[in-house]
Amino acid sequence: MTKTTSILKVAFRAMGRNKMRSLLTALGIIIGVACVVATIGIGEGARVQAESQLQSLGTNFLMIFPGTTTSSGARSGWGSNSKLSEQDVDAIRQEVSSVSYVSASIRSVAQVVYGNQNWSTSIQGGEVDWPAIRSWNVAEGQFFTDADNRAAAKVCVLGRTVATTLFGDEDPVGKMIRIKNIPFRVVGVLEAKGGSMMGQDQDDTVIAPYQTVRKKIMGTTSVGMIMTAVSTPDLVLQAQEEISALLRQRHKINKAAGQEDDFMIRSQTEMLAQAEQQSRTMAVLLWSIAGVSLLVGGIGIMNIMLVSVTERTREIGVRMAIGAKGADIRAQFLVEAVVLAVAGGILGIGLGVGIQQAVAKFAGWPVLVSTSSVSLAFLFSALIGVTFGFYPALKASRLDPIEALRYE
Amino acid sequence: MADPTAPEPVIRLQDLTRVYQMGDTEVRALDGVSIDVSPGEFLAVMGPSGSGKSTFMNIVGCLDRPTSGTYVLEGIDVSTLDRNERAEIRNDKIGFVFQSFNLLARTSALENVELPLLYSRKHRLTDAEQLVKARGCLGKVGLAERWDHTPAQLSGGQQQRVAVARALVNDPAIMLADEPTGNLDSKTSDEIMGIFQSLNEEGKTVVLITHEHDIAEYARRVVAFRDGRIVADEVVSNRRSAKGAR
Repeated sequence: MTKTTSILKVAFRAMGRNKMRSLLTALGIIIGVACVVATIGIGEGARVQAESQLQSLGTNFLMIFPGTTTSSGARSGWGSNSKLSEQDVDAIRQEVSSVSYVSASIRSVAQVVYGNQNWSTSIQGGEVDWPAIRSWNVAEGQFFTDADNRAAAKVCVLGRTVATTLFGDEDPVGKMIRIKNIPFRVVGVLEAKGGSMMGQDQDDTVIAPYQTVRKKIMGTTSVGMIMTAVSTPDLVLQAQEEISALLRQRHKINKAAGQEDDFMIRSQTEMLAQAEQQSRTMAVLLWSIAGVSLLVGGIGIMNIMLVSVTERTREIGVRMAIGAKGADIRAQFLVEAVVLAVAGGILGIGLGVGIQQAVAKFAGWPVLVSTSSVSLAFLFSALIGVTFGFYPALKASRLDPIEALRYE
Repeated sequence: MADPTAPEPVIRLQDLTRVYQMGDTEVRALDGVSIDVSPGEFLAVMGPSGSGKSTFMNIVGCLDRPTSGTYVLEGIDVSTLDRNERAEIRNDKIGFVFQSFNLLARTSALENVELPLLYSRKHRLTDAEQLVKARGCLGKVGLAERWDHTPAQLSGGQQQRVAVARALVNDPAIMLADEPTGNLDSKTSDEIMGIFQSLNEEGKTVVLITHEHDIAEYARRVVAFRDGRIVADEVVSNRRSAKGAR
């Protein structure tokens, strides 16, 4: 038997002697570690989901919305009186070099009919750059052309949900459908995209040329919003500044004189930052809970180790009399504290993974059990054992052997 | 005092004092003690409580340091060693036997006997060598069969035998027994003293602290303490022999 195995054996024996006491002592660590594991798992899952959803929106994506407008002191909400024009779209296309793709966009809700099937869905008007901007390709048939847009041709591309709802197993390409009673020819069907971050079904939509939707369906002159995309993420900020400058100049807005923009630019990075901010707030909350319970757990361990040192004063005296040095006694009690904390940590990891699975099952959140979170929790509990076990161990090692042997 | 023909003493105390500060008053627990103990001696230290015999034992056992004077143990001046050095000396050269046995609870007899080997810096033994040594010591005290018993499963006399085996395991220069029979009945006391006598006959130096005359009579030499000084140092004339001595 080596000294190490002996120390471990004694540590486990000490823990097993008072099972209930050990369990209660470790409870703080168990809860704290469970919190850490659950936090990291849920947080990672949420982050991965948010990222994949933003990714599905199209990379390097910038949207320009008409902003709030002020007339005679009354401010109206965004989009209420669009100041974005088709000339703005052309100007961005021609003058902003950092932008690779531009599309005017407009949106409405209308009833779509094929045969005896009907379906109420969102009708989006877009231009030829639309698939590139949204990184959303046509699965069957093809997208409409620039000529279709200029001629306001009555053609459309269906989202997967609309295609299945109206056509079932039938191939929709080449078929005629009616949107607001106007006949349209289906030229293509989009790839399935899935739900958006807000939980909407993105495939429940019909895309038609911008000019067609504006003139034939909505009968308006203003642009709903402008969608743009840059080639690499580094260009997003530059594009945002260039577009802002251009639109201010075109709309005669003097920012320096305190005039407000009549447009808003939303970038994907901004939305990503927003989502990250939310999950960070959540993480801070859970980390504080974890931190407090780990602290309380550590204090519990220190408390019980001090009790243990007192209870075993005689044993410490005997060990010293037969040749244990201060360092030997210190190692003994430090190992006992670490064993207690790590045992709590292991139970906590189990509990944390259980919580993750429960959250995944009942809340439908994606959950990632990462090895990094498990090893981090393990490391944490060992660290707590060392930190809070050190003082009791030091106290034990400094006992006077004569006094300790006399202790009753 | 030093006889040039005598062998080098195991213990040599010269003008040893130990002063405790109790508030404002100084207590001279040991007041100029000098004594030589030769290898193979069986020394009994007697005296009423407060005579200084416990302080004597603590210093001889390297648990405490003298205030002044020197203590040479097997040629090493141990009176100025620090805590860690004294721990090493205790492990290597001193085998303690206590009045209340002081075995580790819930720990087998064999593991109790092995304990000093774990703290040993000198002899780095393999697991197998440790086992052989510990079993050998248990055999010497007649408990080879009960190696796996815990203290709770052993009688008082058996527990004290395990304690003697533990004191023997590192082959110490002296066995230091502090009232080893204080918690035992007279028949068991006789058995334990028999073990000390047979170990002494094999050449072990034994220092026995006791306040009972009939226990001191198992030794070969008796010193008596009073008020921190040695007041008598004589050879035991009518030495008792344990009935169970082998």
